[in-house]
Amino acid sequence: MAFSEETRERAREIIARYPAGRSRSALLPLLHLVQSEEGYVSPEGIEFCAELLGLTKAQVNAVATFYTMYKRKPTGEWLISVCTNTMCAVQGGNETYKALSEYLGVGHEETTPDGKFTLEHAECLAACDYAPVMTVNYDFFDNVQASDALEIVKKLQEGERPQPTRGARLCTFKEISLQLAGFPDEREGAVAEGPAGDPTLAGVRLAEQYGISVPGFDPQTPITEPAPGGPGNVTPETAPKPAADRKPAGDDVKGA
Amino acid sequence: MAQPVVTRPSPEALAKLTPVLTKRWLSPDAWRLDVYERLDGYQALRKALAAHPDELIQLVKDSGLRGRGGAGFPTGMKWGFIPQGQDGKPPAKPHYLVVNADEGEPGTCKDLPLMMADPHSLIEGVIIAAYAIRANHAFIYIRGEAVHAARRLRHAVQEAYKAGYLGRDILGSGFDLDLVVHSGAGAYICGEETALLDSLEGFRGQPRLRPPFPATHGLYASPTVVNNVETIASVPYIVLGGAQWFRSMGTEKSPGPKIYSISGRVNNPGQYECSLGITLRQLIELAGGMQPGHELRFWTPGGSSTPLLTAEHLDVPMDYESMAAAGTMLGTTAVQVFSQHDCPVYATYRWIEFYHHESCGKCTPCREGNYWMKQILRRILAGKGTYEDLDTLLDACDNILGRSFCALGDGATSPVTSSIKYFKQDYLDYIEGRRPPLLDPVEV
Repeated sequence: MAFSEETRERAREIIARYPAGRSRSALLPLLHLVQSEEGYVSPEGIEFCAELLGLTKAQVNAVATFYTMYKRKPTGEWLISVCTNTMCAVQGGNETYKALSEYLGVGHEETTPDGKFTLEHAECLAACDYAPVMTVNYDFFDNVQASDALEIVKKLQEGERPQPTRGARLCTFKEISLQLAGFPDEREGAVAEGPAGDPTLAGVRLAEQYGISVPGFDPQTPITEPAPGGPGNVTPETAPKPAADRKPAGDDVKGA
Repeated sequence: MAQPVVTRPSPEALAKLTPVLTKRWLSPDAWRLDVYERLDGYQALRKALAAHPDELIQLVKDSGLRGRGGAGFPTGMKWGFIPQGQDGKPPAKPHYLVVNADEGEPGTCKDLPLMMADPHSLIEGVIIAAYAIRANHAFIYIRGEAVHAARRLRHAVQEAYKAGYLGRDILGSGFDLDLVVHSGAGAYICGEETALLDSLEGFRGQPRLRPPFPATHGLYASPTVVNNVETIASVPYIVLGGAQWFRSMGTEKSPGPKIYSISGRVNNPGQYECSLGITLRQLIELAGGMQPGHELRFWTPGGSSTPLLTAEHLDVPMDYESMAAAGTMLGTTAVQVFSQHDCPVYATYRWIEFYHHESCGKCTPCREGNYWMKQILRRILAGKGTYEDLDTLLDACDNILGRSFCALGDGATSPVTSSIKYFKQDYLDYIEGRRPPLLDPVEV
């Protein structure tokens, strides 16, 4: 079989994460690992997982075909996923998908002939406050309209790696698959990249602007404090006034 | 990107803000262990490890904390269901804690920013919860696509191991805990807790028949607590501030702070941590008001699986009870705001495409029902609908709701029945040709 010794060693590491006798739990990360070497779940990859976990190929196949992120065909270096669920769709996601599809000449789950790009329309990517969004190998580009998306793809075609809005600099599909298999991102400084955007901080900034914090927070409160009147009787109106002028965690070292 | 709009919300709206879980997000490097520790990090763990596990379960019960993943089940009660050994004997089977970080309900976007900005608060909550239920193995099942948050989380777990917060004999307490961050692979159904467990065991993510419940037969058929990210991240604050302080926020039956995610046609979409029971009117004020030229027409209180509401519900408190009384659910407090420029029929169609795609195929009502509802909605939007189509849609919903194997099917009926209830005229406009088709009739 074609898998490198390095990949086999990683596979053993993955299996060791799970309790003894529960090696099947390693199947999802192992399938991600297969994609990190093959760029998709290849027949050899199915066999590799089956052999490692003592499963039949049919059992592995049954799992691999259930999940959207396991690709059945060789996937491009750059997997472009455009959210076209309702919130993104009505704010421009449909147009973005259409523009990319026309520009790249491929449809849903298709790859360009040069093997560079695979396009897909994605279901909700849990970033509605940044709608419309798209991801490249799952890292986010927020508030993307069709023209922005085309620009990102053109940069990738020119060999550049445009910086995602949130999250670290781009990985190739194989590189991100290794992280999905549970291995840390070893690139210098990558974990620090991707500051929280305005929507993430909107509420907490508003609270800061108006000097709002929750009163009565005392970290020394005993765990077994007696509940006068019993639990459930304390309403915001009758809650005890703060004994000390303590603020919730974070007040003192804000912006450290 | 447009600059945030600056408007002054009313004092009533501002009074609803409760920065607790989101407080540290303002510190740019709070994801790093050293910064987290300077911001009170791991103080709750020290306090918890000095207490008896049963005292912690009681504390969480007293706090009234309810599951933040949508169902609102009392967290302390869930923990209390885990059978503990009797007469000092250890329990027969190992216990497990599993964190549901498979965020994907359309509209929901609170857990990923939390894990990005403040991953250690989740890890600290995990350790305390695992100690309380006597689990030595915990898993965070994070949505596969969320690589940005998983990157931070895996880094934080490494840091926590190195600092002795995870592993053997944590802080000299004698308590051992291993924590694995496990990435999913793209299946919304794995947010359903029993499907998540099957997926974590290396199977197709399909829901299990309940009972037995995970509390006795969960991961590896052992007693298991499955909690949402926000639920677990609330625990350190309860341990520090106490149950009464926690109850100083929210309502009597829905206590505490809650991260509301507002998206759509407002000026400043985003995460707003508020006292449970804030109204949509107040939340929109906090979010800078409606976008110019947009008037509220319909909204989801807690993701696409919660029935739509309209402008007449602007002043209903968004807590578990009041939302139920209004015929919907609090869900994940994923508030999606749509205006007169958005079509409720099209919104429903896109959501049903989603449920069709994500239906796991295990049960017939959900698998077939969503397939056919999608065809019918397409037909209506392409100008080829009939009056009978509306009856067929409602009939399909009757056969899905309560007859599906899990809540995915039930949830799928929410946008269909509620949009027909409030916006039947929109459907009729397509059927009677008053509105031009949105979809190409040739493709249908």
